[in-house]
Amino acid sequence: MTDPLMIFDLLLALAIVALAVASLSVRDLFSMIVLFIIFGLLSALAWVRLSAPDVALAEAAIGTGVTGALLLKTLHHLRYVSGTLGQQTALGVTPVAPVPMGIILANAGFCGLITLGLLVAFLGAPATGPGFDALVAEAMPQSGVEHPVTGVLLNFRAYDTLMEVVVLLAAVIAVWQIERGLSDAPAPVMGEVWQGFARLALPAIVVVGTYLLWVGAEAPGGAFQGGAVLAAVGLLLLLTRAYIPQPAHRGVARGAFVLGTAAFALVAILVAGGGRVAFEYPLEHAKTLILLIEGVVTLSIAVTLAALFHGREPVALSEGGRHDT
Amino acid sequence: MTTFLSLTLIALLLSILAGLVRIFRGPEPAERMLAAQLFGTAAVAILLVLSQLMAMPALLDVAMVFALLAAITLVAFVVLASRGVR
Amino acid sequence: MVELAAAVLIATGTLFFIAGTVGLLRFPDIFCRLHALTKADGLGLALIALGAALLAGTPGAVFRIVLIWFFVATASATCGHLVARYARQSGAGGGAP
Repeated sequence: MTDPLMIFDLLLALAIVALAVASLSVRDLFSMIVLFIIFGLLSALAWVRLSAPDVALAEAAIGTGVTGALLLKTLHHLRYVSGTLGQQTALGVTPVAPVPMGIILANAGFCGLITLGLLVAFLGAPATGPGFDALVAEAMPQSGVEHPVTGVLLNFRAYDTLMEVVVLLAAVIAVWQIERGLSDAPAPVMGEVWQGFARLALPAIVVVGTYLLWVGAEAPGGAFQGGAVLAAVGLLLLLTRAYIPQPAHRGVARGAFVLGTAAFALVAILVAGGGRVAFEYPLEHAKTLILLIEGVVTLSIAVTLAALFHGREPVALSEGGRHDT
Repeated sequence: MTTFLSLTLIALLLSILAGLVRIFRGPEPAERMLAAQLFGTAAVAILLVLSQLMAMPALLDVAMVFALLAAITLVAFVVLASRGVR
Repeated sequence: MVELAAAVLIATGTLFFIAGTVGLLRFPDIFCRLHALTKADGLGLALIALGAALLAGTPGAVFRIVLIWFFVATASATCGHLVARYARQSGAGGGAP
């Protein structure tokens, strides 16, 4: 009798592939986005089945939540720009020239080659190897935290995490260069049910985000997951226009963007003295330093993701350029 | 017990996959939003069962985050989806 | 004994979920589907959460399960309301008052 959990896994895998195919071949842009969001949701479930709750948390919060809202906002903007906001048109928002068959075939061939290469690598790899579990477990007492993923992210491979934070900073710098402007669109009428719920839920979500950050030392969680959940609060405020980005707040925003990277780099440099290299936290302070870095990075990630969702620098432009949200 | 829970999981997964039909066929955006809400709630249920089955209490935190992002996605739908003209 | 009770609760909850999906597929109108989905799913989740809470080991886990259930209940009620308003303002359902 096959393990029924295996059937569940198989169904999940098939569903993910089917959703990917469906979201690429559906004609209506809105359905495409809905299918993509659900694809992200099922991917997060797949991560859970692979016993990777940290990745599942990040995939759920960032890959599904923030990205889904971003795609919807992009669709809204496209329709606003092309003047079809009041209609439920299908794919023809802007007419796109059909791709020549040669390019399609070349792409398909290329993807096929990559898939083949992955298959060969996967099948040729040793089925059971030592892996890194033993090494990491051995080094954990020197890392200052109990959760191996946090230990790897913030201590053993801290350079990688620093670079990830820098990537976010670079993204928001680029976005603020490309798009600027204010908007005088009216706030959406959300109704009293929403107001009551928001008063209850938004503080609760802040608590959950902070909890995720705090628990990352011993259990799945951490700066990125906590930051993404806090960014979700920002998204809700921006969507319902309870907060409208003002030109006067740009200084604070810029400070928040840079804070995470700066604090991370500063700690790395400051611990390097007295015979240590950068990022070699002294053992008795390791936990405090890691928590400090994570706290500041969480704040920075939250503000950065919310700014990336809003998509432009709130600057009063002298001519035209009013936006729709 | 574990077999029973696994069967429950399969039943839940199948019932949410059936909801996909509504995304393909639903004549208006509201129907698709509804299907998305189904996925969110069912995913939380699946995670509650999985956290018992895989003995990972961390999955309860994942369930919490799923619930949050389902709420945010629906608010984004309602605010940003263009309304059909009838 | 506790395991049996939890199993019964989870099984009933799953049945309600299936009922909700059937409602989503078979009812004629967006508002009927909304009705079926939010109510059946809400009850299904409550039963499953109760079953999971019975099986959970630590009071911390029970507390978290109750929190999750409470949040999902309020969020899905609010979102159901928002979707209904959206559908109404898009002129769905024949426009009956």
